[in-house]
Amino acid sequence: MKEITILSGKGGTGKTSITAAIASIAKDAVFCDNDVDAADLHLILNPTIKEEHVFAGGWTASIDDNSCIDCGICTDHCRFDAIHRNDNNRLEINPFKCEGCRLCERICPVQAISSVRSMNNSWFVSDTRFGILVHAKMGPGEENSGKLVSEVRKRARELAKETNASYVINDGPPGIGCAAISSLSGTGMVLMVIEPTISGLHDSRRLVELIETFSIPTYALINKYDIHPRVSEEIEMFLKEKSIPLLGKTPFDRRMVEAMVEKKSIVEFDDTLEISNIIKEVWKSLESL
Amino acid sequence: MPFKIAVASGKGGTGKTTVAVNLFHFFAKTFALKTQLIDCDVEEPNDLLFFQNSQLDSETTATQLIPFIDNDKCTYCRKCVSYCEFNAIVVIPPVNFAEVNSSLCHSCGACLVACEFDAISESPEEIGTIKNYRIGPKEILSEGRLKIGSAMQTMLIKQVKQHTREDMDVVIFDAPPGTSCPVVETVAEADYVILVTEPTPFGLYDLQLTVELLKDMGMRFGVLINKAGTGDHKVHDYLSEQKIEMLGEIPYSKEYASKYASGELLSHPSIEIEIQYKTIIRKLMARYT
Repeated sequence: MKEITILSGKGGTGKTSITAAIASIAKDAVFCDNDVDAADLHLILNPTIKEEHVFAGGWTASIDDNSCIDCGICTDHCRFDAIHRNDNNRLEINPFKCEGCRLCERICPVQAISSVRSMNNSWFVSDTRFGILVHAKMGPGEENSGKLVSEVRKRARELAKETNASYVINDGPPGIGCAAISSLSGTGMVLMVIEPTISGLHDSRRLVELIETFSIPTYALINKYDIHPRVSEEIEMFLKEKSIPLLGKTPFDRRMVEAMVEKKSIVEFDDTLEISNIIKEVWKSLESL
Repeated sequence: MPFKIAVASGKGGTGKTTVAVNLFHFFAKTFALKTQLIDCDVEEPNDLLFFQNSQLDSETTATQLIPFIDNDKCTYCRKCVSYCEFNAIVVIPPVNFAEVNSSLCHSCGACLVACEFDAISESPEEIGTIKNYRIGPKEILSEGRLKIGSAMQTMLIKQVKQHTREDMDVVIFDAPPGTSCPVVETVAEADYVILVTEPTPFGLYDLQLTVELLKDMGMRFGVLINKAGTGDHKVHDYLSEQKIEMLGEIPYSKEYASKYASGELLSHPSIEIEIQYKTIIRKLMARYT
């Protein structure tokens, strides 16, 4: 079983649209949405949920005003400036600033502080017309997206083994922080989706630097390559310099959005389009590796 | 006190950077206001790419305090392990092993309070850099840049925000994509949040998540539709159903996309673009005063 993670550095380069297109071509694959923060793959794959799990998020502390003796020890110890005085001059915790370290709870001399764990994150195993999809929904403003990514990937790999699938395909998050690190670590191969803009180039440079620390075989696809041919050439030069094979270049095509509106992958929308044919070729190359 | 505006989106690639950079430009140029742009997308900071003549004013290394366990003093009692909510400490008594995994540490200080043997001390470790640039007579750009491999983006955003200049008229925070803790940190102190979306199913879905977040936080916000003319009408329908303020619409143009691609966003902006941003800025100022 081979695990492939689709990443971009910059957001909005077409990761999810490309993943959806690959989903409609790839046989015997399990799909996994690693962008737990703003998951979109399910909008195209239209899943029927089979399993639902709660993912326990971080802790949030609060002060019981009746027990609080106003000693201020918690305020002195909180490194996140999460404890302030409210309009009644009483100590209060701002849940959005609380990091969930629970130190205040431990040091309060009168046990006036307690914490509750967020149960706002869920993850799912679903059936789709292309196979199994493992995906998640984070509550707004939640922490620990990296841990949730590890959780959904673990389940996707188990399911791939159980069903003898040949691939796990991860639709990755943007950026290079904790969520991207979690979707990279231990994966078999990376497909980068790059757009020919100076931001796209800048961001993929940083992503490549991160991938290099993991030594994962990496391949690239330039999406909307005709938006700026010169920048596109610069990206090709960068890929050459890094010995990252370029598997294909897809043109800008408004039908990509039309397909999305119809909840279809571009290949389902019209498999005779140039863009559909290029993605088929890219998948063929990935399969043969 | 400056008027603080955050630019966020949920989905990546909807045009946050484009909007932030343009607002920055027009606030200073057309309205002659002292303006600071703070790039809080520390995983992939792109704002600076659009300014050719920037002059570096100051540079600081951003750090986090990482605990270090002194093996001579440690009794391997594991109290620090039980205090650490982030599973960042590994202590194995039979083999006298005690170590902190810095990539999981949130620098909350709980382990220092836990240790009764004075075996834990802290030292700073780099998580990124913060640079302040002079762009023009009235324009300052501050940028946080996460060290490759660090998962501490939220902590870095917090430190970048400390570079907010209270002597400015306007401060613009450019947020990272998503809806989790880094976005909360970026927008928390803003007087107003601009949500940039695109009229597509992905744009709408992620916009809804972000609206939910901002409502939870009790923030004031409005929506700017970028790439108008592509996709469908569902974002418009959603905004009118929810009675969310629409700040404006910027039509999709391949020519403009190409200017973004090469980084020439601000050179000779078209009259239409200029009018759009002036109108948006007037609406924003009306909110503030």
